[in-house]
Amino acid sequence: MIPGDEREGREDSPDSAGDSSNDGLRRFARIWSRAVFPATQTSMTRAELEDFLHPLARRLAEALHAHPFSPAPGRDVGEALVAAHCTSPDALPHVLGVVESYLVLYGSTPGLLSVDDAHSRCARLQHAIAAGFSRALRERTLAEQEALSRAALAAQTTVEEALHASETRFRAVFKDATIGIGIADMSGRLRDANGALARMFGHSEEEMRRRNINDWVHPDDAPEVWRLHRELARGERDHFRVEKPYQRPDGTVLWTNLTLSLLRDAEGEPRYQLALMEDITERRLLHLRLRYEATHDELTGLPNRTLFSERLDRILTPGSGVSRFGLCYLDIDGFKAVNDSLGHAVGDQLLVAVAERLQSCTATPTHLVARIGGDEFAVLVSDPEGREEVASMARAALAALATPISVDGRELSVRASIGIVEGPSGDLGPAEVMRSADITMYRAKDAGGNRYEVADPDSDARAIDRHSLTNHLPAALERDEFFLEYQPLIRMSDGKVDGAEALVRWKHPVHGRLGPDRFIPLAEHTGLIVPLGRWVLEQAVRQTCTWASGGPLRVNVNLSPRQLHHPDLVPDTIAVLEAVGVEPSSLCLEVTESALIGADEDELKPLWQLAELGVDIALDDFGTGYSNLANLRKLPATTLKLDRSFTQGLQRHPADPVDVTFVEGIVSLAHALGLAVTVEGVETEHQADQLRDLGCDTAQGWYYARPASAAEFARDWAPNG
Amino acid sequence: MERPAWAPQGIDLNVPSVSRMYDYYLGGSHNFEVDRDAARRAIDAWPGLPKIMQTNRAFLRRAIRFAVSEGVTQFLDIGSGIPTFGNVHEVAQALDPEARVVYVDNDPVAVAHSRAVLAGDKRVDIVSADFRSPQDILESPEVEALLDLDRPVALMLVALLHFIEDKDEPHKAVAELARPLAPGSLLVLSHGSPEGGPRRDGGIGLQKVYSGASAPLVIRSKESVGHFFDGFTMVEPGLVSVPRWRPDSSPELEDAVVFGGFAGVGRKAGLAG
Repeated sequence: MIPGDEREGREDSPDSAGDSSNDGLRRFARIWSRAVFPATQTSMTRAELEDFLHPLARRLAEALHAHPFSPAPGRDVGEALVAAHCTSPDALPHVLGVVESYLVLYGSTPGLLSVDDAHSRCARLQHAIAAGFSRALRERTLAEQEALSRAALAAQTTVEEALHASETRFRAVFKDATIGIGIADMSGRLRDANGALARMFGHSEEEMRRRNINDWVHPDDAPEVWRLHRELARGERDHFRVEKPYQRPDGTVLWTNLTLSLLRDAEGEPRYQLALMEDITERRLLHLRLRYEATHDELTGLPNRTLFSERLDRILTPGSGVSRFGLCYLDIDGFKAVNDSLGHAVGDQLLVAVAERLQSCTATPTHLVARIGGDEFAVLVSDPEGREEVASMARAALAALATPISVDGRELSVRASIGIVEGPSGDLGPAEVMRSADITMYRAKDAGGNRYEVADPDSDARAIDRHSLTNHLPAALERDEFFLEYQPLIRMSDGKVDGAEALVRWKHPVHGRLGPDRFIPLAEHTGLIVPLGRWVLEQAVRQTCTWASGGPLRVNVNLSPRQLHHPDLVPDTIAVLEAVGVEPSSLCLEVTESALIGADEDELKPLWQLAELGVDIALDDFGTGYSNLANLRKLPATTLKLDRSFTQGLQRHPADPVDVTFVEGIVSLAHALGLAVTVEGVETEHQADQLRDLGCDTAQGWYYARPASAAEFARDWAPNG
Repeated sequence: MERPAWAPQGIDLNVPSVSRMYDYYLGGSHNFEVDRDAARRAIDAWPGLPKIMQTNRAFLRRAIRFAVSEGVTQFLDIGSGIPTFGNVHEVAQALDPEARVVYVDNDPVAVAHSRAVLAGDKRVDIVSADFRSPQDILESPEVEALLDLDRPVALMLVALLHFIEDKDEPHKAVAELARPLAPGSLLVLSHGSPEGGPRRDGGIGLQKVYSGASAPLVIRSKESVGHFFDGFTMVEPGLVSVPRWRPDSSPELEDAVVFGGFAGVGRKAGLAG
C-alpha cells in the first residue's frame, strides 16, 4: 500500500474522474445489479437496484483511491446491502465476485494506482464488505429475532390477559350465579360448588366439597334418576334433566330442577360431571297447593269433580291395573227445599256433615269419596269384590245418613238416592259410566228416593232413548217430521160423520213412526208442546176446511196442561181461526179431566173465553180423574168424552150390568147439565148398539174407523156435498 | 372440546405460522425454527417459492403506486403478516405522506409485532381480526378511526385468499368487505396457483406442507379467482400472472417459476361520472 499514490488519486478524482469515470461506475453498477438481483429478496426493480448500487460503487471507487487508504467504506457498503434487504448469504459471493472482477477495471483512474496496489486495496475492500455484510446481517438477525420474541411475548401476554379476563368473568358467573352449580369428578366427589348450591343445601362451600353426589339418594327420587346417572357416568349419555329431592341437614327437603351434564376431555373421555340446580321447593309447594285446591272441594275438603274424573278416567283406561270398578252416585233428596227454607248456610253445614258421614263409612284407600256437584257425591271403588260390595256400601251410606244430623240446633234427617254402576273396567268410557249412574240415581229418586238402584242396560237404554227423543224434538218440528191423522166422530142418531179428532204422529228418521205416547210427555216436559200444539191446531183447522163443501167439518184438537196454562192460548187460537177463516164452532178443544182438577177460576178463564167465542170444549178421559161431579157445571165444557175403560165392559155379551148402569147415569147427568156425551174405544157393533140405546150422542173407535191420513179420511168420510 | 367463540385464541408457537414462513421466504429473521423448517420443506416441494413471494411483493408495490396515481390513498391490507420491508404504508407514504393504512391479521404474533413497528405513526394501525369475519374488520375502531368509507379505499388481498378454504366462503367474505366501500374503491388481489407456471406436481407437495401450518393452502382456477372481482371492473391488463401486471421492466427477464398464480386490480363500479 502506497500512501502517496492514494493521496494523488484522491486529489484527482473528484474533478477529473469526470464523465469517463462515471460511465465506468454506471457500467460497474449494472453488472453488479445483474449479478446480485437473482440472489436478493428485495422488492426493488432491477433498475431501482442498479440505481441503489450506483452510489455504493462510487464509494468503493473513491475508497480505492483514498489517501490514506481505508477499507472502512467497504464495511458501509456491506451494511447498506443488508439494509436493502440483500440478506441472503448466497448474495455475498455475487457481490464480492463483481467487486473482485470489475471494481479496478471500471472504478480506478488509470495511472493513479499501481496494479498491485489496486488489487491489494480491492481485496481489502472486499474483506471489509464481507465483514460489514456479516456484521449487519448478524445485527439485523438478532434485532429481528428479538423483535419477534418480544412480539410473541406481547401476543402471549395479550392472550393471557384475555384468558384471565375471561376466566375472571366466568368465575364471577360461577360465583354469583343464582342457579346452583357443582362440578364433580367421575367418582362423584364434588370438586367445586358455588355459593348458590351451598346455600340451597344449607352447607358451606367447603363442606360441599367433601360431598359425593352418589350419596344423594332420596326416597322420593324418580325411579329413572339413578339409571340415567349410571348411563351418564358410563359416558353413554351426555346430559339429563329431572326434578330431584335432597335431604337438607335440618331435615327439610330441597326440591330441585337438576340438569346433569357430562364434561369430556379433548380425547372424549368422561372427565367431570356438571350439575346445574334450581331450587324449586317453593314453586313445588305452591304447585302442590294449587293442585290440591284445584282438585278438592273448598266446603267439604273432599276431592272434587276434577280429581274424581281423573281417577275415573284412570281406572277405566285399559291397562290401568284395575280390573273392576264400582261407583255409587248419591244425590240428596229434597236438598233444594233445605236450602230454600233454611238458607244456604244451613245447607252448607248439612253438606259438610254428609261428607263426614260418607267418609266415615267408606274410608279405605281403594275408595274415593268426592263431592262432584251441589248435593251430589260419589264413591268410587277400585276392584270391588263384586256388585254386593258396592251395594252394601250404598246401604251403609244410607244408614249413615239416616241418623238425624244436628245443624243449627235442628235435627235434620237426610234421605238420598243412589245410583250404582259396577262392572269390568275397559267396557265403558267415563261419560257412559256417569250417564248410567245418573240415570240409575234418578230411577232411585223416581221410585220414591232414600234407596239405591243398580244400573241395568235396559233401563239405561230407555232413559237414553227418552233423552235422545227429547233432544231431537225441536229439530223435528223444524224439519216437518210431525204429521196428523184423523179419526172420525160418528153421530149415533144417524151414523153419519160429525167431526174428526186430529192425532199427531212423528215420522222419526231412525225409529220410524212414533205415537203421541212416545213424545207428547217429553214435549210437555220441555215446553215444546206449545209450538207443537200451535202447529197441530193450525194444521187441523186448515185441513178441516178443505173437506168441507157445505160447511167445515168440526175438528177435535187435544190441549195439554201446559198449553192450557200458556198465556197465548186464547190469542193463538183466535189467530188461527181468523187466518183460516172458520167459525169457532168448527173447533173442539179436548182437555183432560185431570188437567182441570183443582183449577181455580183464574186458570179456567182462558177456556171460558174460548167457550164464549163458540169453541167447543170437550172433557177428555172423563171418569178417570175422580172429579167432583158438582164441579162440572163450573167448567166451560160442552161435551164429555167418556174414557174407554167404561165402554170396555159393553163389548161383552151380555154387557156388564154395572158398566151399563154407570154409563146410563153419566149420560143422564151430562144431558141434565146440557152436555153432549162422546164415547171412545167402540170396537164392536154390539157395543155401538148398546151405547146408542144408552143415549150417547157421538162415538169413535175402530168399529167405525182407525185414524187415517187426511187424504184417506177425505176419501172415506168427507161429505161429498 | 372445541374452543367456544368467546374464548381468547391461544398461541401455539409449535405450529408453523404462514406469516412467519412468508417472512422467511423474504429473507427476514422474524421466524422460529418451526417456521423455517416448514418453509424449507415448502421450498423443497416448490423451488422458487421465495421468488414468487418477492414477485408478489413487487406486485403489491406496483399496485400501491397505481392506487395513489388514481387518487386512492386509503388502504385496507388484510393478511398483512410480519412487516419485513416494502410495506404498504412505506410505499404509499413515500408517494403521499397523508396516505392511511389499516393492516389486518389474525396471527397474534404478527399483530403484536406490527403494533411495535407501527407505534408512533398516527396514520397506520393494525386490527387483530380474521378475514373470515368481515364485520369484525369493518366495525373495528381502527377502521372507523383511520378510513373514510365515503371515499375510495384500496382493499388489499395479496397472497391471502389461497389460505382461505371454500367452506369459509371467501367469495362471500370479499363481497361483504367490498359492500360498504365507496365507488371507485380498488380491489387489489393476488392468488397463488400452479397455473401459468412451469409444470410440477400441481401444488400437492406444497399443500401437504401447509396442511400442518396455521392455514392450509387452497388452489383455485383462474376463473374462480376471477369471481372475487364480481362487482368490480378489471383495470388493465385484467387478471394476469403476477409479473405481467403493469411490469416496470420486461417480465421476460424473470424466472419462469414466478409466472404461477394471478394478480389483478378491480375498480368498484358506480363512480359518478
